[in-house]
Amino acid sequence: MVIHQISLIINGTEEGLQVPSNMTLLHALRDKLGFTGTKNGCEAGECGACTVLVDGEPMNSCLVLAVELNGREITTVEGLAENGKLTPLQQAFADLNAVQCGYCTPGMLMSATALLRRNPQPSEVDIQEALLGNLCRCTGYQRIIDAVLKASRNGGAK
Amino acid sequence: MLARPGLPDFEYMKAESPQDVFRLLEERGGEVKLLMGGTDLFVQMRDGNESAGILLDLKYLPGMKDISYTKKKGIKIGAAVTLNQLSAHPDVTNHFQILSQSADTVGNYQLRNRATLGGNLCNASPSADMAPAALVLEGEVSLSGPDGERVMALDQFWVGPGKTALKEYEFMTAVCFPNPPSGAVGRYLKLGRSKMGDLAIVGVAVLGYPDPEVPAGIRFRIGINSTAPTVYRVPQVEELLAKAPLSDDILRQASGEAMKVSAPIEDVRATVLYQKKMVNNLTFKGLKEVWSQLINS
Repeated sequence: MVIHQISLIINGTEEGLQVPSNMTLLHALRDKLGFTGTKNGCEAGECGACTVLVDGEPMNSCLVLAVELNGREITTVEGLAENGKLTPLQQAFADLNAVQCGYCTPGMLMSATALLRRNPQPSEVDIQEALLGNLCRCTGYQRIIDAVLKASRNGGAK
Repeated sequence: MLARPGLPDFEYMKAESPQDVFRLLEERGGEVKLLMGGTDLFVQMRDGNESAGILLDLKYLPGMKDISYTKKKGIKIGAAVTLNQLSAHPDVTNHFQILSQSADTVGNYQLRNRATLGGNLCNASPSADMAPAALVLEGEVSLSGPDGERVMALDQFWVGPGKTALKEYEFMTAVCFPNPPSGAVGRYLKLGRSKMGDLAIVGVAVLGYPDPEVPAGIRFRIGINSTAPTVYRVPQVEELLAKAPLSDDILRQASGEAMKVSAPIEDVRATVLYQKKMVNNLTFKGLKEVWSQLINS
């Protein structure tokens, strides 16, 4: 087993860590660094529960090796709220009950945050397309879409 | 759903130069798998279908993430350009719109931040979404090997499901597309079981452009995936369309011919009969849409 010394800038803080070649970003975040907000779902790039931002762009952390990202900036769901104040998107999820079991929520928030940053006034179709890679088995999606629309009217991602 | 087992053990290495790649392939060929976006490879490895002693990452080789365009030569797209970069690039959206359309049908947005053009083509899946458009745009691939670079037309590149004409020690560096004929319009239509993340049951790319030399006044190129061992063009259908003035009947006849040429196998996604009928329907729809757009432009 080959171990690599890498550093990741996670939610603005540099973290040094040692990872084996085959450790995905998902497992590095959860098992090495304790960022358990990022969820492990299918590990096949289909469910989106593990979505994080890498240099601002959403990626499935289950399909990226941690060693590939040496020196890159990672944002997890823990990095959205500042000083306990939810982002307009998180607040809209809470206000509109866009969360039921909550397992998909971190991934949804990361994909939707990236969407609102690249397209601050998305249409409903834009939101559907941006969240195609995030599965939710509880809500039926409509409340999630409504929450993203509400957030887009209330200041966007942040 | 239970989480899959973790990735099996391997050593990750980042190639710094093409020579690194050739050397490693020569020394430890059987153990090495080449890594681009990994969106398919990692899933296959987790499922136990693929294994590797070394994963050699080619993404950071010089030029692999570059896109360059000239009016004279067309576009050159580095093999490691991601599908989102490709889809949004102004030279692609301005001159090769069908590539953007095709890229947007692959998986989902976050997957497309990792999936690469080179990976999609080298994977040689019969259902590759980039392949029909790449064929109708008459793309060529640049392949780098110890003896230098060679260029190959894409219609020679795929030799079977999962099999390419890449030689031992070779890898793809870029894909080049000449400028499409003046006034060309393209459309890629994909049918999946769902809109999200699914592979194509059938995908049809149609490129049409004005050509006063043929009785139809328009020439079409048609590329089809998922219904044969490799993605393919249908030259006999393209010729049929060029021969006579266009009408709905001619388009229907041509679509029927495309259906006859298609050779799908029954799989988890669809029966043979359904896939053949969908070749018929999607070809007709694609031809009709492109024809309408050409008439109205």
